[in-house]
Amino acid sequence: MMRGSILLTALAAWISTGLAASAAETVKVGLIVTLSGPPAVLGGQVRDGFRLAVKNLGGKLGGVPAEVIVVDDELKPDVAVTKVKGLLERDHVNFVVGPVFSNVLMAIHRPVISSNAFLISPNAGTSNFAGKQCNPNFFVTSYQNDQIHEVLGKYAQDQGYKSAFLMAPNYQAGKDALSGFKRDFKGEIVDEVYTPLGQLDFSAELAKLAADKPQAFFTFMPGGMGVNLVKQYRQAGLASIPFLSAFTADESTLPAEKDDALGFLGGANWAPDLDNPQSKAFVKEYEAAYHSVPGTYAMQGYDTAMLIDSAVRGAGGKLSDHDALRANLKKANFVSLRGKFKFGVNNYPIQDFYLVKAAKRADGKYETEIVKKVFTDYVDRYAAECPMK
Amino acid sequence: MSFALLAVQILNGLQLGVLLFLIAAGLTLTFGVMDFVNLAHGVQYMVGAYLAAMFASLTGSFWSALVLTLPCALAFGLVLEFVVYRRLYDRDHLSQILATFGIILFLNQAVKALWGAAPLSVPMPDALSGSIVLMPGLLYPVYRIALIGAGLATAAALSLLINHTRVGMRVRAGATNPQMVSALGVDIRRLFMVVFGFGAMLAGFAGALVAPILSVEPGMGDNLLILAFVVIVIGGLGSVRGALIAALMVGLIDTLGRALGPTLLRLALPPAAASQAGRSLAPMLIYILMAAVLFLRPSGLFPIKR
Repeated sequence: MMRGSILLTALAAWISTGLAASAAETVKVGLIVTLSGPPAVLGGQVRDGFRLAVKNLGGKLGGVPAEVIVVDDELKPDVAVTKVKGLLERDHVNFVVGPVFSNVLMAIHRPVISSNAFLISPNAGTSNFAGKQCNPNFFVTSYQNDQIHEVLGKYAQDQGYKSAFLMAPNYQAGKDALSGFKRDFKGEIVDEVYTPLGQLDFSAELAKLAADKPQAFFTFMPGGMGVNLVKQYRQAGLASIPFLSAFTADESTLPAEKDDALGFLGGANWAPDLDNPQSKAFVKEYEAAYHSVPGTYAMQGYDTAMLIDSAVRGAGGKLSDHDALRANLKKANFVSLRGKFKFGVNNYPIQDFYLVKAAKRADGKYETEIVKKVFTDYVDRYAAECPMK
Repeated sequence: MSFALLAVQILNGLQLGVLLFLIAAGLTLTFGVMDFVNLAHGVQYMVGAYLAAMFASLTGSFWSALVLTLPCALAFGLVLEFVVYRRLYDRDHLSQILATFGIILFLNQAVKALWGAAPLSVPMPDALSGSIVLMPGLLYPVYRIALIGAGLATAAALSLLINHTRVGMRVRAGATNPQMVSALGVDIRRLFMVVFGFGAMLAGFAGALVAPILSVEPGMGDNLLILAFVVIVIGGLGSVRGALIAALMVGLIDTLGRALGPTLLRLALPPAAASQAGRSLAPMLIYILMAAVLFLRPSGLFPIKR
């Protein structure tokens, strides 16, 4: 038994040195996203957006042939750590791109940044890594989580709503969502309801909402919960109360919500109708390739690939030169689908945020469309706590 | 808390209750009558919802989808019985749990492979898409009232079937003493198969009924399955009457607890603490009820006599 394991170790060492030698000729990207369970749609969008960019770049990133290894984190932090270790130690990836969900990010952050690879999150952007625990090897191409909720809070405040009813699932992201909304909204909070994660029937909460008669309703209900809430909200005849939401009526859920979501408002850093040539081309190509309307997840996946492309190119294709790669990642010298894009001190983006609303296109498909810009060059509020310069 | 709001919440509770009953009825029959633990009962509910979604998009009509879903759900249950469950009747509960848990994993992945991971939806039938004003500012969908009606009607039909027909008599006899029934010349295996298929059809019926108000997605039955087990434990294994009463109790307690808990606690506690405590307490209520029932009447409220 002992001898067997020594033999195995020797074999593994031999294989891995062999791989390390060949790793110089390709950019290896480990893409770790959620591809199972109900949220698989989100991970699928990130993956497809990333792949589309690599395809458009001729299968290369920064002029170097690219190999993209896709793994499923199953939305389980422990599984994600095991798989990330595989990417780092077996596949010797240069970049880890992922994950979709914040709890997975918390788990894989340490293993990746303490290795030779860079971690680039195409979606999750928690507050701790934006503030005191910011790290030079960690980049976020999406947003700081709170910012999306702040868009709605700011909008509600600007509209002069006097009262709001808030509802979110009873877990960390739900609590963060409501506190994000409350930062800019100064009106009365008539009630804050936390529902069990995974609750599908909101009739009891909606009856309470109708009785309270607030001037606005804010919610964060991702995935299937959002589909149910939107349908039941419409059926309960409450649509005259403005429906402000985050990740509740977006491209991942609109195909199921259909007309019930029309006119419901959300916050985003991009929408498929954003008016710039690269974004328009992206939406067209994505729809042709994957037969669905891309959401922000796909856009962020695409931009992440473009960022890596620019960094590898800027470093002259030398993947062993980590300082050059890091400096060129930080420059963000690529054409973002969002138009403007740059990193703040904490490696989180500084970008514009929009109020978006669910709409039906002429071809019968559903998408979010920009109503107005709410924040310009918005810096997240944790950046000031980041010790990096 | 106005009277109108209370009435609305009671309706909401009843609606959850009848939904639970449709699922628990099949479960209590298979568990109580056949002594077979079927964890996969929740996925049969999911399969019903997916079948309804598929037929609705093919035919464009909810009613034809409902009519087509019932025989398909029945056939699906019979196929599962024939292929898998039949081999498990004589095994211990652990084998049954392992096998049916495997079926949950398999079917959750299978629906995802067939229909994709994104939630699907079924349009509400036009005839029932209206709503009535129950209190100012709140419309109550007619569909939900129809759902309550359909559930109660099913309960009545089931009670007739079990208490006043020959098949029902055999089912009751099979539950009490299967060896004796077998010795009297009744094909007990066939009887089990019928019971099983019927339970699967009821679960599929529940899935099809909720498709217009809930999203159809992989794993949608998993949460309800736990509640359904709570219901049959409270009601007494094998008792359809117990399942109905327990399902309505669980539905009402869960809904009213969520709706009224924080308000009632506010009488005794400061508002912030009350909403915090109410929020933590509400999901526990049904389990507290179950613990109390198990303590006072270990075999449930309406145990069948053996």
